[in-house]
Amino acid sequence: MSTQEAIFEKVKRALAMTRERTAYPVYDSADFVSKPHTTGGTVEEIFRKNFAAVKGVIVSDAEELRAVLAGHGVKKGCCDAALTVMLQGLGVEWETSFDRARLDEYDLGATIASGAIAETGSLILRDRATPDRLAALAPWVHVAVLRRADIVLTLPEALARLGDDPYTLFVTGPSKTADVEGILIEGVHGPGVQIAWLVD
Amino acid sequence: MNKVPCFGQPVDKFVATVSDEVYHSVHSASAIKSDKRRELLARDFPDPRRLREIAGQIKRHTLDSLDKYLPLAVASLERNGAKVHFAADGDEARRVIHQILQERGARKIVKSKSMVTEEIHLNDYLAERGIEAIETDLGEFIVQIDGDQPSHIVTPIVHKNRRQIAESFERHGLGAYNDDPETITRRARKFMRDKYLAADAGITGANFVVAETGRLVLVTNEGNSRFSLAAPRLHIALVGIEKIVPADRDLAVFLNLLVRSATGQQFTAYTEFITGPRADGQRSGPSETHVVFLDNGRSEILATEYRDILRCIRCGACLNICPVYRQASGHAYRSVYPGPIGAVLSPLLAGGDFARLADLPKACSVCGACGGDACPVCIPLSDLLLRLRDKAKREHASLSARGVPPMGGFAELAARPVLWRGALSAGRALNYFPLDLAPVPPLSRWTAARTLPEFRGGEFRRWWKKRHHE
Ligand code: SF4
Repeated sequence: MSTQEAIFEKVKRALAMTRERTAYPVYDSADFVSKPHTTGGTVEEIFRKNFAAVKGVIVSDAEELRAVLAGHGVKKGCCDAALTVMLQGLGVEWETSFDRARLDEYDLGATIASGAIAETGSLILRDRATPDRLAALAPWVHVAVLRRADIVLTLPEALARLGDDPYTLFVTGPSKTADVEGILIEGVHGPGVQIAWLVD
Repeated sequence: MNKVPCFGQPVDKFVATVSDEVYHSVHSASAIKSDKRRELLARDFPDPRRLREIAGQIKRHTLDSLDKYLPLAVASLERNGAKVHFAADGDEARRVIHQILQERGARKIVKSKSMVTEEIHLNDYLAERGIEAIETDLGEFIVQIDGDQPSHIVTPIVHKNRRQIAESFERHGLGAYNDDPETITRRARKFMRDKYLAADAGITGANFVVAETGRLVLVTNEGNSRFSLAAPRLHIALVGIEKIVPADRDLAVFLNLLVRSATGQQFTAYTEFITGPRADGQRSGPSETHVVFLDNGRSEILATEYRDILRCIRCGACLNICPVYRQASGHAYRSVYPGPIGAVLSPLLAGGDFARLADLPKACSVCGACGGDACPVCIPLSDLLLRLRDKAKREHASLSARGVPPMGGFAELAARPVLWRGALSAGRALNYFPLDLAPVPPLSRWTAARTLPEFRGGEFRRWWKKRHHE
């Protein structure tokens, strides 16, 4: 008998004596949605508020983005090929493929977000829509281009749309740690600055 | 905040060895996390208790039908292109993982924080076979370079302060002494990047495995897990067989409760949903995904009255709220899982070695805060602790009383004034006294259900002496 079969067998035997198996509870996912985080405005307004609360930065046009990037001294970036036209004129030198041998040379990664969750202030990144996981992760600044229509209000809605992409990420604000004396430090292994560029 | 040694168990004795520094970090961090958890749950939900009950019921349902959900999870994972393995115990898990690595010539590993890999002591095993496994979570990394043990299941270095961390970094060539938390973090960031890029494989645990869709869910804050799944070509996830939840929709229940309970955040910075190897056209990430399901005593626990402990989602809230843990800190529990969860789980996972950890359930004042107020899946922790005390007595009383007359330890101690006084002068006679060895059945039955108030030591003897000298 293989280990798998043996474990299945042990599990079966362990449960054989259970007289009444606990039923799957009837519950409404809406009960697990935070009211204060999903009310008080349009979906976009709520997203803006909650994204800011997790220290995300929202920009609405190239001018705004250019100002933010300048503030972080951004010079070199890696972006999705699909974004090159849109990202011209920002004062950033772009590459469209991420060279991992020069990982630390990139100040910025720009990718397409597959969506966002207003309730939690999260961006949704999918493997199929992001050509290189590293480009959205290694540079200090990450810009996600997000279509307004792709923002959902609640976490349960986002979970219902996970679909069959092999790797979906909900990224909520900058990478962070509180391992040293509980003090919050941003930008541990991932970006220290998380920007969403809202487009129609 | 002063240390108050409580009862008579090794965990409590450990309190005396805890430095003031450690005590204060652990105590205040625990209090802060408990407060934040409560505050966030109350802010966001009108009736958090009901939500915890639903979560507990979903978990209980899954465990009661694990004979259905485990095969379902395997089928879903395989359909998604992951390779599934099973390991009956730690030894087999280590061998399975080593073999996967060896067959692919993998010699360098980056690891994302995982309690179950701690449980099977994977790093040492791999190191002995010439495979370097680096912990990438900042806290776990510090534990690793110090040759230490995590003292908490969520915040592994809660027992260390910045000076100690700065010294460790200096010792390990990560720059001259600097105890600024930001500098420490930046140095770790820089150091780790080369490790990610050079790694042949990323090893992770999983917070949840969704049976219906075969999704592995990982929650982290640092981004180390995503990095471990971005640079290397091979992903191995080691998962306890109890980590399964039925469907994607249940993740809303568990993510909401887990994150608030663990770190007092609404949501973690990185929440990953993985079904298998990277997508076509994706340039980074694993081309192979292996999931190793570990039993290691879990199926045995499933067959017992302790089944509910398998609901645990490892949030650490029961540690943070526990008065004994706050005093003693995690290392007092002599096992990978400390606090109330550890006091139940560790002796049970020890299997035939139960007696070695049978004292842990006694390190509890039965205040009931852990299961009643804290646990996001409503595990009746104090109830399980009491049952385990009873089990310890039934099965191992003979061990404790070995070599002494029927009256056991009590007689021994009571009959020898030197010992008795010695115990008293230690300041906590009753507190260290093996109450469960008390020969009077009603007393021992009573103490099985509660512990005595703190004994302040020596009053009676002093009073008696004084009276006789007058
Ligand atoms: S027993 Fe409950 S409170 Fe303790 S770690 Fe597990 S889930 Fe959290």
